[in-house]
Amino acid sequence: MSTTFNVVTSQEYKYGFVTDIEADSVAPGLNEDVIRFISAKKGEPDWLLEFRLKAYRHWLTMTEPEWAKVDYPRPDFQKIVYYSAPKAKIPKYASMDEVDPELLRTFEKLGVPINEQATLAGVAVDVVFDSVSVTTTYKEKLATVGIIFCSFSEAVREHPELIKKYLGSVVPATDNFYAALNSAVFTDGSFVFIPKGVTCPMDLSTYFRINNKDSGQFERTLIVAEEGASVSYLEGCTAPQFDTNQLHAAVVELVALDHASIKYSTVQNWYAGDKNGVGGIFNFVTKRGLCKGKASHISWTQVETGSAITWKYPSCILLGDDSVGEFYSVALTNHKQQADTGTKMIHIGRNTKSTIISKGISAGDSSNSYRGLVKVMPKAEGARNFSQCDSMLIGQTCSASTFPYIEVQNRSAKVEHEATTSKIGEEQLFYFQQRGIPTEEAISMIINGFCKDVFRELPMEFAVEATKLLSLKLEGSVG
Amino acid sequence: MLSIKNLTASINGTPVLKGINLEIKAGEIHAIMGPNGSGKSTLGKVLAGHPSYEVTGGEVLFEGKNLFDLEPDARARAGIFMGFQHPIEVPGVSNASFLRLAYNKKAEAEGREELDPLEFDDFIHEKIKLVAMKEEFLDRSLNEGFSGGEKKRNEILQMAVLEPKLAILDELDSGLDIDALRVLGEAVNNLQQPDRALLIITHFPRILETIQPQFVHVLSGGRILKSAGKELALELEDRGYDWVLEEAAAGGAR
Repeated sequence: MSTTFNVVTSQEYKYGFVTDIEADSVAPGLNEDVIRFISAKKGEPDWLLEFRLKAYRHWLTMTEPEWAKVDYPRPDFQKIVYYSAPKAKIPKYASMDEVDPELLRTFEKLGVPINEQATLAGVAVDVVFDSVSVTTTYKEKLATVGIIFCSFSEAVREHPELIKKYLGSVVPATDNFYAALNSAVFTDGSFVFIPKGVTCPMDLSTYFRINNKDSGQFERTLIVAEEGASVSYLEGCTAPQFDTNQLHAAVVELVALDHASIKYSTVQNWYAGDKNGVGGIFNFVTKRGLCKGKASHISWTQVETGSAITWKYPSCILLGDDSVGEFYSVALTNHKQQADTGTKMIHIGRNTKSTIISKGISAGDSSNSYRGLVKVMPKAEGARNFSQCDSMLIGQTCSASTFPYIEVQNRSAKVEHEATTSKIGEEQLFYFQQRGIPTEEAISMIINGFCKDVFRELPMEFAVEATKLLSLKLEGSVG
Repeated sequence: MLSIKNLTASINGTPVLKGINLEIKAGEIHAIMGPNGSGKSTLGKVLAGHPSYEVTGGEVLFEGKNLFDLEPDARARAGIFMGFQHPIEVPGVSNASFLRLAYNKKAEAEGREELDPLEFDDFIHEKIKLVAMKEEFLDRSLNEGFSGGEKKRNEILQMAVLEPKLAILDELDSGLDIDALRVLGEAVNNLQQPDRALLIITHFPRILETIQPQFVHVLSGGRILKSAGKELALELEDRGYDWVLEEAAAGGAR
């Protein structure tokens, strides 16, 4: 299983380098001219420029949200460079010998192949770009059944009618501070379209998407599944991701029509900063799915292990009757990391169902909060929700909080919430040790057991890697 | 096999063991008895290496080697097993996978072949018969939602899987009904061999009817007050502990 994963990831890096792209960028700062520049640079239609400007004008009236249980220096939005055309990566190091051995050790433990280690660390490697790439091959295969899977920019050029129809239909341009900022300045991302009745024959992964490695800071993802269509989409990877941009504000929109199903899985391992919390990524993401059609189904699975600050609530709007929303989450924080994550399940249609399984693990001096809203609207006859929010504490100086919000406006609704807090303590570890199991393996086994309900929602090879990743992240936390 | 010399230990600065001397040879069964709070359980935990206890003096040799040089997991792999009075519950970790990991860790340490899940499945199905455990308990989370008796059954199953040289059984009888006690007592007897030893820690003599010790020690106030043969257990059943304490007080504590 792990081997499959390595094959997949090495493919990415084999094909992940593109040369000869004209480089240019705009001066730091944000104003309407910058937005016009971005839009012009990308050759966008007028309606998209209008979408951006509207978002920007609204953003100016907004203030940064304060309600999350995270503490961080507010970014200076005038210091960010909002457009920098993709350019060839300049290697940071001339050889592997110059790379931090600690980092290489991490890669080794995760089983990252050596050439991939080099690319991740930013070492110069000779990569020959193969025009008949795996990407192209898959794209052609997908195209035969009518599936569109491409970069957001390409989708704007090739399929403007679809983008116009669905962009901002789930997360409006004015939705929240970071979503508005993203709507104004997003540079690229992914677009997936699964036509009526089609089951996507493979898991779609950002691994297979070319030319998009540097679109990270303000990424935009849109996935549409038409009537009866289904797709599983994977985002992220387990290897640590580094980026010079500290602030990340992505927007992900999912639309599921009648009887359609979208499964969206994320493994997030952005750089979390050093042990004192210096230099980590701020991850402020808006992810939302609209179960627009009858009996549609949207499922979010996330394993959040990185970032200095995580602010993220993958949500479902259950509009269609009999639609189903699911949220499975493992959020792990260590050292000085802070995570405020959870979901919103908005029941609008009749007999809508939602399930929330959240597992928070905190170690070190970290802070880990679950924040979730279950809202049942007046017409959501027979709506049902089950929520389970479990926290596990490792050590004495971390914290875990749960903020469940439940609003029910229909008497027939049934909402259940369960929460537990446990601790990997001395007694538990001693028990394992007394059976000959060393501490690190004991922790790994206990954590795995704790996260089992979420891991089994992940695609198999992802689950195996996620397991290793959690153990690695917790190394040295106990005992 | 085990040689304890003048062992002292404390918890949070409070002395609990105040000079224990005990020799256990291969093939022997010893019982440590005593009133509640006497330090019986502490002795077991100190030998197993519980992190809350600090060894403040004395020496313990296990097969000639200093026991305190070994981490608790290394002691376990060297052949020391402790049956817990209150086995801990671990949600999400299946009993079978826990047992297999424990088995394989020991096998690895001894240079024996590790068992894959299928091989282990055959192996464990033989073992559960020894303790009359139902198969479903293998797939359940480790001790989670087990009754007191089921937890103890699981402890002895682990002992049967690991086949330790020295098994320290802490209050095996607590939480067990008569029938279960007999089954588990017999299982322990079956596991006892000339190259293995048992240290039974118990408050009540009842369990010693099934697992018959050659040596019985009364521990109180962190010291062994009296050591004798198995007839001492019967006497304690009749007369309780007070007379031993009084006798020790009259003779002056050793």
